[in-house]
Amino acid sequence: MDFRLTKEQLLVRKMVREFAENEVKPIASEIDEEERFPAETVEKMAKLGMMGIYFPKQYGGAGGDVLSYAITVEELAKVCGTTAVIVSAHTSLCCAPIFEHGTEEQKMKYLPDLLSGRKLGAFGLTEPNAGTDASGQQTTAVLDGDHYVLNGSKCFITNGSVADVFVVFAMTDPKMGNRGISAFIVEKGFKGFSQGKHEKKMGIRGSSTCDLIFEDCIVPKENLLGKEGAGFKIAMQTLDGGRIGIAAQALGIGEGAINEAIKYTSERVQFKKRISAFQNTQFQLADMHTRMQAAQFLVYNAALKKQAHERCSMEAAMAKLFAAEAASDVTRRAVQLFGGYGYTREYPVERMMRDAKITEIYEGTSEVQRMVIAANLGVK
Amino acid sequence: MKIFVTVKQVPDTSGTVAVNPDGTLDRASMQTIINPDDMNAVEAALTLKDELGCKVVAFTMGPPPAEGMLRELMAMGVDEGVLITAREFGGSDTYATSQIIAAAIDTYGVEPEDIILAGRQAIDGDTAQVGPQIAEKLHLPQVTYAGEIRKDGDVLTVKRILEDGYMTVKVHTPCMITCIKELNKPRYMNIGGIFECYEKQVVTMTYDTLKDHPLIDKSTIGLLGSPTNILTSFTPPQKGAGIMLPGDGKETTDKLAGILAAKHII
Repeated sequence: MDFRLTKEQLLVRKMVREFAENEVKPIASEIDEEERFPAETVEKMAKLGMMGIYFPKQYGGAGGDVLSYAITVEELAKVCGTTAVIVSAHTSLCCAPIFEHGTEEQKMKYLPDLLSGRKLGAFGLTEPNAGTDASGQQTTAVLDGDHYVLNGSKCFITNGSVADVFVVFAMTDPKMGNRGISAFIVEKGFKGFSQGKHEKKMGIRGSSTCDLIFEDCIVPKENLLGKEGAGFKIAMQTLDGGRIGIAAQALGIGEGAINEAIKYTSERVQFKKRISAFQNTQFQLADMHTRMQAAQFLVYNAALKKQAHERCSMEAAMAKLFAAEAASDVTRRAVQLFGGYGYTREYPVERMMRDAKITEIYEGTSEVQRMVIAANLGVK
Repeated sequence: MKIFVTVKQVPDTSGTVAVNPDGTLDRASMQTIINPDDMNAVEAALTLKDELGCKVVAFTMGPPPAEGMLRELMAMGVDEGVLITAREFGGSDTYATSQIIAAAIDTYGVEPEDIILAGRQAIDGDTAQVGPQIAEKLHLPQVTYAGEIRKDGDVLTVKRILEDGYMTVKVHTPCMITCIKELNKPRYMNIGGIFECYEKQVVTMTYDTLKDHPLIDKSTIGLLGSPTNILTSFTPPQKGAGIMLPGDGKETTDKLAGILAAKHII
């Protein structure tokens, strides 16, 4: 396996790192504190092609690759978990399913605005009673002439209150179970569609998370994404890609915490020694880095598989499972290395610890990732 | 219309500066960056390109790895790169360097509407000589320390920012302008540009390409053709961090006066 990055991928890392340091890091703490969506950052990222990295130029994408996308999310997450997930949810959960399952008309209609970042995307699968069990969809879609009528609600939708285009799942044939679920492209302005309450969260607090409400929502027939009944399959495939984005986010958060911990422990003096000179600090940082390095290999491997259009369910699940749990562990240890200061908002590691936790939960909990991995191993 | 931008790869002086036993810089052990003032020149060129749709060509003289820097500039929007590289050019001081770059630009071809932009000075030499010398050798008008550039037909209006004020100068193209950091904020590379930059053209100009140009003579290029001799190089002692006193009221000036008095300066 060759993880040497291409010249282009190295430049992507350099460019995003500079951007993150100069434009994202200075406001990371503020947007967390104020629970403010960083619209100005999204505008800047859009101009730099960061909202459509691995999609072809013919649809308005940047013509890059999936690994460059993962690197971008990783570099953003090193300084701000919120900014990373805005890119990840938009790219993996909205742009990708439209690109992979949309008709040519749908692609030409939606992708240029999404990939150029003029519009923001989101994904609506989770419902109050359909979380880990996504097959229990209660939102319904009934065909009525030239349109579908959607009724129901979605919850915990990332980018929910700020997105313009949503890929939404609803039951078109309840008798068919999973195979009765269909996917739709819903626009913010569709009649009967509204965005609900903003969730107050533990971490990624600058990211918008809200309910989506469908009350006799009229969705044109041509906005059915894929075939009727193919929704569950589309959702699962989309989440395979999404997990690479979240795994990259977790990877970046963990790496960012290590960067902060190295800096702090090299300056902080106790017992007349820099605390980096204590073996405990050195061993902690060595373990932390080793875990994140292993996570990086898993994330990059999953990204390369997706890039090669190979099946990557298990690789994406392993990457997300490992990176998320490593990020939670590493950020917790970083706070410990900072001691009391780490528990304050004066330093970023407590934010990173709060941000890391969600990566074990959204786009499939760690338990779901284990189910996916076990199923791929044929363990029943 | 074309805009030529001259750029230099320099050691990142924010890191450790290493010096060889003979007094020259140990460039191999230092990280390199694109000279900061040159980035302002590149941004000025790209801003004019956005406005006027002209072609931007970046010129650099250096060892073959300097091509990487040209690719980064292309990922920002520069159309073409010219890498001037040859053993014969090694060891050139500002006089010899400007001789070679002027010959390269002349070989590429300067037309009536063209503009040459350079950074004011490089952070490794701090001479601010190469830009003006290129202009002299190409017999072009030059305006240095540009903090603002406007183009109207074949006339450029340039605001020169000097230590004790500013000066507005009009100049006809073709001309040379050297740029300072107050001119603009350089843009980032963009993802689309990164994935195109290795498809763009980098022209390599060697000694053979330029040897017949009237400016090129063994006695005017390379170490031999350089009137400057470096006696020694050293890392100056670090200055302490300055103190910033924000605010414009009496309270701030009182505070400042207090600090100066405590240091027996006033």
